[in-house]
Amino acid sequence: MPEIKVTPLGAGQDVGRSCILVSIGGKNIMLDCGMHMGFNDDRRFPDFSYITQNGRLTEFLDCVIISHFHLDHCGALPFMSEMVGYDGPIYMTHPTKAICPILLEDFRKITVDKKGETNFFTSQMIKDCMKKVVPLNLHQTVQVDDELEIKAYYAGHVLGAAMVHIKVGSESVVYTGDYNMTPDRHLGAAWIDKCRPDMLISESTYATTIRDSKRCRERDFLKKVHESIERGGKVLIPVFALGRAQELCILLETFWERMNLKAPIYFSTGLTEKANHYYKLFITWTNQKIRKTFVQRNMFEFKHIKPFDRSYADNPGPMVVFATPGMLHAGQSLQIFKKWAGNEKNMVIMPGYCVQGTIGHKILNGQRKLEMEGRATLDVKLQVEYMSFSAHADAKGIMQLIRMAEPRNMLLVHGEAAKMEFLKGKIEQEFSIDCYMPANGETTTVTTNPSVPVDISLNLLKREMALGGPLPDPKKPRAMHGTLIMKENSLKLVSSEQALKELGLNEHQLRFTCRVQLQDPHSDNDTLHRIYTHLKSVLKGYTIQHLPDGTVMVESIVIKVSSSAEDANTKVLLLSWSYQDEDLGSFLSTLLKKGLPSGLC
Amino acid sequence: QMVHVNKAVRIPHEEAPAKKLRLSKPSKSAALHIDLCKATNSTDALQYLLQFARKPVETESVEGVVRILLEHYYKETDNSVRLKIASLLGLLSKTQGFSPDCIVDDAISALNNEKSHQVLAQLLDTLLVIGTQLPESPAVRQRLIEVACKHLSDMYFGVRNKCLQLLGCLGMVDSPLTKDSEGLGTSLGLSVRDVQSIISDYFGDQDPRVRTAALKAMLQLHERGMKIHEIIYEQACRLLTDDYEQVRSAAVQMVWVLSQLYPESIVPIPSSNEEIRLVDDVFGKISHMVSDGSWMVRVQAAKTLGSMLQVSPHFLEQTLDKKLMSDLRRKRTAHERAKDLFASGEFSSGRKWADDAPKEKLDSNTVNLIASGACGAFVHGLEDEMFEVRIAAVEALCKLARSSASFAEKCLDFLVDMFNDEIEEVRLESIHVLREISTHITLREDQLDTVLAVLEDSSRDIREALHELICYTNVSTKECIQLALLELLKNLNKYPTDRNSVWKCLKFLGSRHPTLVLPLVPELLSTHPYFDTPEPDMDDPAYIAVLVLVFNAAKSCPTMPALFSDHTFRHYAYLRDSLSHLVPPLRLPGSGLDVVDSRCGSGSVESAQLFLQQSLIRVSTIQNLEAPGAQDLLDFTIRDLRRLGELQTELAGAADFCATYLRCQLLLMKALQEKLWNMAVPLCLKQNVTATAAAQQILEETYKLEFLYSGLDSRQVATIHHVRLQAKALQLILTARTRQGLDPLISSCEKFLQDIESFQRLFLTELPHLQDSFVDKLLELMPRLSSCKPVELVKILQTTLRQSGLLQLRLPEQVIHRATATIIEPTGESDNPLRFTSGLVVALDIDATLEHVQDPQNTVKVQVLYPDGQSHVIHPKPADFRKPGPDRHRLITQVYLSHTAWTEPSQIEVRLLLAYSSSSTSLSSSSSSSKLGWSDSIDSLPPPEAAVEGTIPFSKSVKVFIMPKPARR
Repeated sequence: MPEIKVTPLGAGQDVGRSCILVSIGGKNIMLDCGMHMGFNDDRRFPDFSYITQNGRLTEFLDCVIISHFHLDHCGALPFMSEMVGYDGPIYMTHPTKAICPILLEDFRKITVDKKGETNFFTSQMIKDCMKKVVPLNLHQTVQVDDELEIKAYYAGHVLGAAMVHIKVGSESVVYTGDYNMTPDRHLGAAWIDKCRPDMLISESTYATTIRDSKRCRERDFLKKVHESIERGGKVLIPVFALGRAQELCILLETFWERMNLKAPIYFSTGLTEKANHYYKLFITWTNQKIRKTFVQRNMFEFKHIKPFDRSYADNPGPMVVFATPGMLHAGQSLQIFKKWAGNEKNMVIMPGYCVQGTIGHKILNGQRKLEMEGRATLDVKLQVEYMSFSAHADAKGIMQLIRMAEPRNMLLVHGEAAKMEFLKGKIEQEFSIDCYMPANGETTTVTTNPSVPVDISLNLLKREMALGGPLPDPKKPRAMHGTLIMKENSLKLVSSEQALKELGLNEHQLRFTCRVQLQDPHSDNDTLHRIYTHLKSVLKGYTIQHLPDGTVMVESIVIKVSSSAEDANTKVLLLSWSYQDEDLGSFLSTLLKKGLPSGLC
Repeated sequence: QMVHVNKAVRIPHEEAPAKKLRLSKPSKSAALHIDLCKATNSTDALQYLLQFARKPVETESVEGVVRILLEHYYKETDNSVRLKIASLLGLLSKTQGFSPDCIVDDAISALNNEKSHQVLAQLLDTLLVIGTQLPESPAVRQRLIEVACKHLSDMYFGVRNKCLQLLGCLGMVDSPLTKDSEGLGTSLGLSVRDVQSIISDYFGDQDPRVRTAALKAMLQLHERGMKIHEIIYEQACRLLTDDYEQVRSAAVQMVWVLSQLYPESIVPIPSSNEEIRLVDDVFGKISHMVSDGSWMVRVQAAKTLGSMLQVSPHFLEQTLDKKLMSDLRRKRTAHERAKDLFASGEFSSGRKWADDAPKEKLDSNTVNLIASGACGAFVHGLEDEMFEVRIAAVEALCKLARSSASFAEKCLDFLVDMFNDEIEEVRLESIHVLREISTHITLREDQLDTVLAVLEDSSRDIREALHELICYTNVSTKECIQLALLELLKNLNKYPTDRNSVWKCLKFLGSRHPTLVLPLVPELLSTHPYFDTPEPDMDDPAYIAVLVLVFNAAKSCPTMPALFSDHTFRHYAYLRDSLSHLVPPLRLPGSGLDVVDSRCGSGSVESAQLFLQQSLIRVSTIQNLEAPGAQDLLDFTIRDLRRLGELQTELAGAADFCATYLRCQLLLMKALQEKLWNMAVPLCLKQNVTATAAAQQILEETYKLEFLYSGLDSRQVATIHHVRLQAKALQLILTARTRQGLDPLISSCEKFLQDIESFQRLFLTELPHLQDSFVDKLLELMPRLSSCKPVELVKILQTTLRQSGLLQLRLPEQVIHRATATIIEPTGESDNPLRFTSGLVVALDIDATLEHVQDPQNTVKVQVLYPDGQSHVIHPKPADFRKPGPDRHRLITQVYLSHTAWTEPSQIEVRLLLAYSSSSTSLSSSSSSSKLGWSDSIDSLPPPEAAVEGTIPFSKSVKVFIMPKPARR
């Protein structure tokens, strides 16, 4: 039986370093090629030596598909393609292709220029790598080669995030990447058609969470900001440059517009501006509202949000500042925080999760005195708020996607093992399908039952139609006679005559003969006649002939009578029928074995 | 957009007498026949047919045309031509006056010999048309149904579709196919099967289009009144999970229909032993569809949910339930947390890091992720990506909440959340919905806080909708009142144009919650037990706002005035005069301001009503228009009625209506009493002019009476038309006296006779009530009138008119309302002229409220009058009208002005007009025939009354300074 094999090199029972190998119908595909945020050594990148110990990957992989631009999904791409070596096609959507190099370059700068690492990929490598990228459009079926085709679906999550449907023959796999089933201020919800793949590989970050409605959170957030501004306070929102930042910007921008507010909003400059440019361009990837109103005004052309200059932090009066990075551990957001922390009118809103050890984490846990470098302490008087804005599907969302796609098997990646275990149980219970959750390096194999297409000759079909009822019922199987010819990778079903002709073979007749002994005290001829009348009465609607040469023909079955040598009353009947009339022949033989009824003349 | 006003529109069009020549046209059929014979190939024939189809065919030649078409059909070998012929047959069958039963046989025989599937489908379509044209012929239907059954097994989906459609439209409603069709039916093998089971067989067809058609056919049967059998329920439910969206969408409708038919029947829950009511089962299933993959289906599902009012409360409440969990621990929703915080008196202490920390650990076996049934349907619907779905969900919430108070309470939080939607339409809709259900609910302080936050919205529509909402809101604590007042004052400060709306809002807030306002009064009025506080500025809108709140609360709280300081009383007197619609009459102790007027009790309305009736009866004693003292009586009564209308707002419409009617009578009386009637024509030119003016004025007033007032019966309309007829008679008499020529007189007489006839036709049922009236007498004399000479006719009219009595006006059962319009913007107060370059345009913002106007989109126009006498009428866009409440509309539009240069600023006038057309009377709808598509034989019908079109100005005009400057070179 054909098999689909899936091996995660990263993101198996883990978050980060997404990299999944799939073998389907003899094709090898790499899904995502990410890096791990938590490591600075070799564990940072997936272990490509799993694929081959030495040499390039090109001959082992048919294609690489990147789902979206987050570094844990594309961070290892230049390393793989340029340093390990891969020259095949890399597929990603247009927005991902545009934004991915910006992030990679930023990542490279931080690692090489700031931390001073050597033996890292260079700017040139990023460029070379991007040259190998083939862009995808949504719902466009791309033929990678003659057999392998891929198709992208909208996934929400971040701009350009896509789910991919990979298909070889009738076998298929869907990989979701990261996705979001609820829309937000700038993106829509993930959608897939009922493609019934053999395997659905889904992320499961929030496998054990069902989230509250987004509206409450948004309303809370806006209310907090608004109240603070009205008091004359300053609001600091530490964010990471791409993704949530844009959502929050849109949220505040529209709120300012609606409420006619005048206080300035600033966004600390950097790579965001470049990225914002792409957000403006890829309007079709955003949600309904932005798509519909961009003719009047592109929502990403912010009216109220201006670039930040470090001197503005000391300006009097209320303001809102978005600053990077998101966990207050370094950089501009920390500088501003230090300046504003002393005033209780001010506020800091943490829109996401904070890792232990960062200042963000400390203040969220209520710490009011912070120790800074150089023994200085900082009194935190400003208000600290937490708002969770996250764009992954929750448990319900994952179930909803399964319901949409109706897969035959399920495989979970990109989540914690314990949580996956729970979801796995649920999926198996609700949908009664198998669910797998391999660890990194562990291979999951599922067998598939692909349907084999066979060409059928039109003549045969028409003949079959003529035989049976008015309309063939597509839902019921039906038996038919024909010859299956396998020739040069193609299968066809033809009538046996045609098959013989095509193959240049002679037709052989196959006949069955059988003897039946019968007690009948008549002459041979009379017996024959008695048989004739008997059959005539039993088999209505069949052509039965009494031929002058002393045989009875029922259709093509021949019946002859001769007396036994020992006993003249024992008659021996000779039946002979061809293979095609097997049913009727065996019926006749059993019928005649029972003897003739006495009342015959 | 600009249209010049035709000053002469009110004069009825001169129209030629209703004679029409019937030209004997060469037969259509002959022409077609020749054309078709000329056609050498199928393309030509198709061209001829296409040309032919563009022109109408008169009824009498339809049959001939049909024969020729059929004849050609049999000969034709080309599929496309046959298809066109088949479709033409269908079109022709719709011709009015043509009975298509003669072509049934031909069409069916054509069908039996047809090989092409497309043509077959078209022929079936034609049969469908024929069948629907012959509703009272069961035999034809029976045959058509048999034909449909026979072709149901066709290979082509289109044919099957049409067959199903045919069954749906023609399937017997009353008797199933069992008895009648025994003879024919058994031969087809469907003796005991009825239409429904035949159709339901195709629920499982291989083609999704056929499945959809089968569902639609079944729905069609339901619409035609056939009771759908419950057995198809299971099949229909299976189609809810179909791969194709149109099937799912139709299936949602189908199960909904079943849920309405058999709400109480019991269905089992699969894979368990339990059973539930069918309506609950359907509710659960449709709720599931709210998270369907296709947004069309989602919209459909969300809408449908709104109409399932019989669902059990338990299921209903599940739609708002979405069990939250975090890391497998039960989490409470933000809504629940807000409620608890509020209960513990800790509201708005702010959200702490991890205060949403999960509480108890959940057993992983009990967590049900694919919610069975209705779970969280609305939570999903309201969060949907497409605003169409969200709006549908909000509307559905509204409908369900209106019928269930407890559900209303529960959905409050969700609706309030929608105030923050990204799309304005959704926000607006949810505010409207909250208003509609607000009688059921009392807002908590935290909820009110969220609601009030929207007051700062820059969109005027949103703010006004919110004001409207606050008018209807119930709150529970005095803090809420304080909060609302504070926010409203903030709103007033930020958007001063909202003044009126904010005041109105406080009026209702005060009168609804007198006991909650009471403890706040000292603070609100900043009074002090010992010290006099400075007197606040009377012109401050914020202070007025506070006073409006307090005075309205004081109306039902007699202890409150004791807390007022002296200046408050003075301010009361001032406001009661200047803003009497906002400040109620108060019973104030001492201080000589005891202006309690009895006119506001409930009894006073009745007494005013009585007064109105009596006045009308008194007037009806006037026997003759020339009776002495009649004029004075009318004069006084009119004056009384006008005053009554001012005093008693409930009766303003009726009083005004009566007064206007009596004024018409008075004018008529005066015109008839002129001495001129006894004088020779040349001597009384001057008097003639006044009488002519009076006649003209009466006509105008009658149009006002007819179109400005709503709530009239046909009785009143008849009375109005009667006066109009009298005025027309007067005009005719005057014409006869002044004009010398005979020809114009003849045509005027004919026209008048036509008017009488159409009056008779329109008010046939009212004629018994019009005994002894002018028209009654005329109708008696009718045979003589139509034969006599014009001069004689005028004479008869003159005497009849003078002898006829005053027709008594009876008031209708329902309340009469007068359509009114008030222009809020521009105010006309600005001394700064609007400057613009001459020849270019400038936009002027118009904001007006309209009350009791029916169909304002078509009737309300804006008129701009320039100082040089030029005037323009502008038709506002339909989208410029909003409907903030019942019988109320709001027009917010821009009119574009332009003019050539002026040397100094000057005023233009802007006012609103109500356009009318006498043919649009509700009563004349029976006589106005609908447009006939395929025949030009309308002339057999009586011609509709010549439509008189005109406009009535119904708002005060507002003056605006403008200054078109010459363009600089």
